[in-house]
Amino acid sequence: MNTKDFPMLNKDLIYLDNGATTLKPKMVIEKIVDYYSNYSASAHRGDYDIAYKVDQEYEGAREKVRKFINAREREEIIFTSGSTEALNMVANGFFKNYLESSDEILITTSEHASNVLPWFHLQNTIGTKVKYIPLDNNHYVTMDNVIKSITPNTKVISLAGITNVIGDERPIKEICKYAHEHNIFVVMDASQYVPHRKTDVIDLDVDFMAFSGHKMCGPTGIGVLYGKKELLEELEPINQGGGMNESFDSPNEVYFKELPMRLEAGTPNIAGVIGLGAAIDYLTNIGMDKIREYEINLRKYAMEKLIKIPYLDILNIESDSGIIAFNVDGIFSQDVAYYLNKYNICVRAGNHCAKNLKSEVGVKNSIRVSLYFYNTESEIDDLVELLSNKEKMRIEMI
Amino acid sequence: MDENLRREIIMDHYTNPINKKVPENTLDYQKVNTNNSSCIDNLDIYLKIEDNIIKDIYFDGEACAISTSSCSIMIHNLIGKTIKEAKEFIKNFKNMIDEESYNEELLGEANAYNNIYKQNNRKHCAYLPYEGILKILDQYDE
Repeated sequence: MNTKDFPMLNKDLIYLDNGATTLKPKMVIEKIVDYYSNYSASAHRGDYDIAYKVDQEYEGAREKVRKFINAREREEIIFTSGSTEALNMVANGFFKNYLESSDEILITTSEHASNVLPWFHLQNTIGTKVKYIPLDNNHYVTMDNVIKSITPNTKVISLAGITNVIGDERPIKEICKYAHEHNIFVVMDASQYVPHRKTDVIDLDVDFMAFSGHKMCGPTGIGVLYGKKELLEELEPINQGGGMNESFDSPNEVYFKELPMRLEAGTPNIAGVIGLGAAIDYLTNIGMDKIREYEINLRKYAMEKLIKIPYLDILNIESDSGIIAFNVDGIFSQDVAYYLNKYNICVRAGNHCAKNLKSEVGVKNSIRVSLYFYNTESEIDDLVELLSNKEKMRIEMI
Repeated sequence: MDENLRREIIMDHYTNPINKKVPENTLDYQKVNTNNSSCIDNLDIYLKIEDNIIKDIYFDGEACAISTSSCSIMIHNLIGKTIKEAKEFIKNFKNMIDEESYNEELLGEANAYNNIYKQNNRKHCAYLPYEGILKILDQYDE
């Protein structure tokens, strides 16, 4: 649906790599051009009219994000360069100061690198241990396995809300409830979650959450760190400099601003923030429940056809998202991706930044089709037709 | 080169690559990894050099049809060559990929990639094995 809103879709292109990044609707692009064309000034100045306009738009976007994920206060929304920066801020700015070497952090083997490496870094610097919650046969996280994995030393559970290869949704709300009863923090990598369903941080009760703008029709280079206000107050600013200080007469007399400015040092990505605000308007206008329902139905449509192709090894027949990961028996995933590229179909081949997953699903690499609301049944038909002819694939893969 | 012949050469070397395994006595070999940051090709190349002559090459790893076949053809061509000759071969192969002038006669079956420039995203796949082996060869004075 809404394909006409996307200039990239006027190019005879079938874009099925939405887990990596999404296309931008015209209104988001126009909003960014409008900033650069008509009121291109810095934020938080306000001495002249266009700077005032920047502030209105910048803080207006923060309010849009707050409302979009149902956070209590605007101070709980910190703009970052993306999920990666947000998760690194949580690990290094908060937990590095809070955890002790005997403490344990629980993740899974299906996390994206950005929810693994910051925790490995803590293990390598302060000695905390990274441990894994086992996945069930469908590669899902169950409450049982979460509870079994918790020890008296567990202090953090950090999980993707929806994973980027299997596309399974985690029971974040139940995990938060149980974790909080045991004084454990929950960090949610919501990169594949926020763009695809209604998000309510109060209902989930997560302590920290990270997501990226470019995976939800917004620009690249902008993302959000959500944190409960009392926790963000304790998060040490990794970046210090302009825009975040109150005064600095000497090294002993440095005073920082209040949240959220304290955690947004330097001239921010203003165009990114304003563009993200426009993307949120766009998605809200369609309706997140409608987007979710559409994606689930489209995946079902695709799965019913793909499952009939005998030489496809589908890694996630079950999934809660628009992600389908598979391999073609006897053909290297990258060759399949190159073959589809010849027909202007964009899919991803590789490990999808989830390098630990290979131990779980038994294969290192796969082809990933990741859908969004602007994909159509007719695009799926084209994909299925091309995948249905293995001989053609072998001939045209080189 | 005829399109059918090109396909036949590439598919032959992809399906039955030369020396695609870890050599038995790895201590006799220098090992180098070569991978492509923009895709998932990832090869380990094992090279045995004696008296400035390439005596033996093996490779292992995961890579696409173009990278795998290209590595197999490279092995076929470079075994027995002096380091200087090997570098000359690689230079000509690179020139071919970059659409510059090169010695067609010298390259033999490696000419199968003479139109790979048409697929920008695969140029690196074809060159990847050579990029790896050069990391070792460049340490030698010719």
